Amino acid sequence: MERILFGDNQFFAVNHISDEKSMAQSIRFKEDSAIIRTLDYAIESGIGTFMCTTHDRIANICDVLRKNPQKYAEFKIFPCMPYAHKYANAVTELGIAGTLKQYVPGNFFGSLFKGGVAFLSKDFLAIMELLIDAEMKMFKGIQTPVIFLQNVVTDLLLGLGMKDVLVAFHDYVQKKYNAEAGFITMNMPALLDVLENAGIKNPIICASINKAGFRMSGGKALYEQTLRTRTFRAIAMQVLAGGAVSPKEAIEYVCSLPNIQSILFGASSKTNINDTVSLIHQYDGVYQPSK
Amino acid sequence: MVKVGLIGAGKMGISHLAILGAHPNVDVVGVCDTSKMVIEALEKYSSFPCFYDYKKMLAQARPDAVVIAVPTKFHASMVAEMLNLGIHVFVEKPFCLRPEEGLELTNLAKAKRLVNQVGYHNKFVGTFTEVKRILDGGFIGEAYNFMGQAYGPVVVKPKQETWRSNPEEGGGCLMDYASHVIDLINFLLAPVKSVQSSVLQPIFSNSVEDAVYAMMKLNNGVSGMLSVNWSDETHRKMTTSVTISGKKGKIISDANELKVFFKDDNCPQGYSKGWNVKYVTDLTPTVDYYLRGEEYSSQMDYFIKAIEGEVPNDINSFESANKTDVAIALIRQAQQR
Repeated sequence: MERILFGDNQFFAVNHISDEKSMAQSIRFKEDSAIIRTLDYAIESGIGTFMCTTHDRIANICDVLRKNPQKYAEFKIFPCMPYAHKYANAVTELGIAGTLKQYVPGNFFGSLFKGGVAFLSKDFLAIMELLIDAEMKMFKGIQTPVIFLQNVVTDLLLGLGMKDVLVAFHDYVQKKYNAEAGFITMNMPALLDVLENAGIKNPIICASINKAGFRMSGGKALYEQTLRTRTFRAIAMQVLAGGAVSPKEAIEYVCSLPNIQSILFGASSKTNINDTVSLIHQYDGVYQPSK
Repeated sequence: MVKVGLIGAGKMGISHLAILGAHPNVDVVGVCDTSKMVIEALEKYSSFPCFYDYKKMLAQARPDAVVIAVPTKFHASMVAEMLNLGIHVFVEKPFCLRPEEGLELTNLAKAKRLVNQVGYHNKFVGTFTEVKRILDGGFIGEAYNFMGQAYGPVVVKPKQETWRSNPEEGGGCLMDYASHVIDLINFLLAPVKSVQSSVLQPIFSNSVEDAVYAMMKLNNGVSGMLSVNWSDETHRKMTTSVTISGKKGKIISDANELKVFFKDDNCPQGYSKGWNVKYVTDLTPTVDYYLRGEEYSSQMDYFIKAIEGEVPNDINSFESANKTDVAIALIRQAQQR
């Protein structure tokens, strides 16, 4: 994994502190060309990986990448699935069974052999595999060396104690997509315990890690201790804590932590992308001069 | 350890179950749902004891407390049954279909001295608790008007009908969505006293409203408007906000961002005259387990602490949720006029 990963929240009006900014982003990135332009700024700044949700619009972005193979030959995507709001809104309206009926590809009850059998035999892991395949369709022909499970699902499974499902995700993306599994979480220390106990060694975990202690369940001190003492590959996200910390302070903090393999950030403008990248390089120079 | 049983493992129920499962002081002694698929998945992959019949769960698991997340039409009878058995109750919002039922349950819970809580989670959102603190401190002076709003993309095209599209069962935007805003106004300012006029508007649904607009007056004389629409896909998810005008200032807040204007220097510590902006990141205490929002963990933690006697049972009590049910009834009546 590269040191810096480019995120996609800004493209899809995900803003953790302001609904107004969300709407402004929605307007700014209405056209796919605006997203591509911003991705190009990220690439120019030296970033080679885009970590993104399996949002419907990402399919269009993937089309552009495929149509310009020379330009994007080295470009990687880390898909994060599922795009949860799609399912959450559907569950409110259709219930859990109704939602599966809508989103499991093919005719849920019949024509698609695997799906039909999976449902009738209550083979839930087979249903999960079908959902993963449905979400991965858009990335055909694009390098996806790490595939992530979104935090809402990871953390739900964690709370329910369903570690076998986490393991099944891990194993399936390896087997079918020759990719490593990543887990996004708001409960990093607790998740690491469960993954280790389930036999997943040196897992890739993407978690909210920031100077403000925002969304660091169990507390900042426990996160810092976990980073210092445990074996796993951490990706820091929400490093700006939604804007609660100044960019300089925010980046200095994550760069000073041990064991952070990658830093994930998103930005809308060329200036912000370049500024954040150079801040990371600057503080890496201070804290990890050998790298 | 508090022994907790969960009845209804739908969207909210599953989320509560995960939070209970991760809570260090909770022993989940039973999960009950009528869906074969849900129960079989839980039986196969979780370690919770599972049941199809809640009466069987009560008899076998003997919980100290239950979390009820079933369709609203079952709330009244089920909650009464639990209280009569001496079981503490957390029930999802909205509380009851009819205010009379909620009043009875409020009295019953009081008489039995049982912890009672309803899932209006906004009261555990950092920005809204800060709004309450500013209002109670009198920092924006006498409040005279409010605007309560919520928008989101629940029903954005004509679709298959479920219990949520049946008004007799607690479906529709008023009970499901607008109730959050009404409850928040009830908490921040005062309970609704009267509703001058209301519009319950279907947009894509056949039998229920998808939007609610109402003009209302509160017990303390403050008047204001309610504007709620769950067929608004310009919002990625539910967005709830309040604007409160006072004689010495103004508050505009949603779950993420609080903007407050003070006319003079008499403001809380950390604020100053003019506009101030605070973010939920500054106002939210860290939780031990996070799923979908700190407020969901905080409200369940509060319920467990109330059972353990560590906090008073005074946030989201049946009594306060009953006032929201009364307001819902008033909004319906105003439209029929």
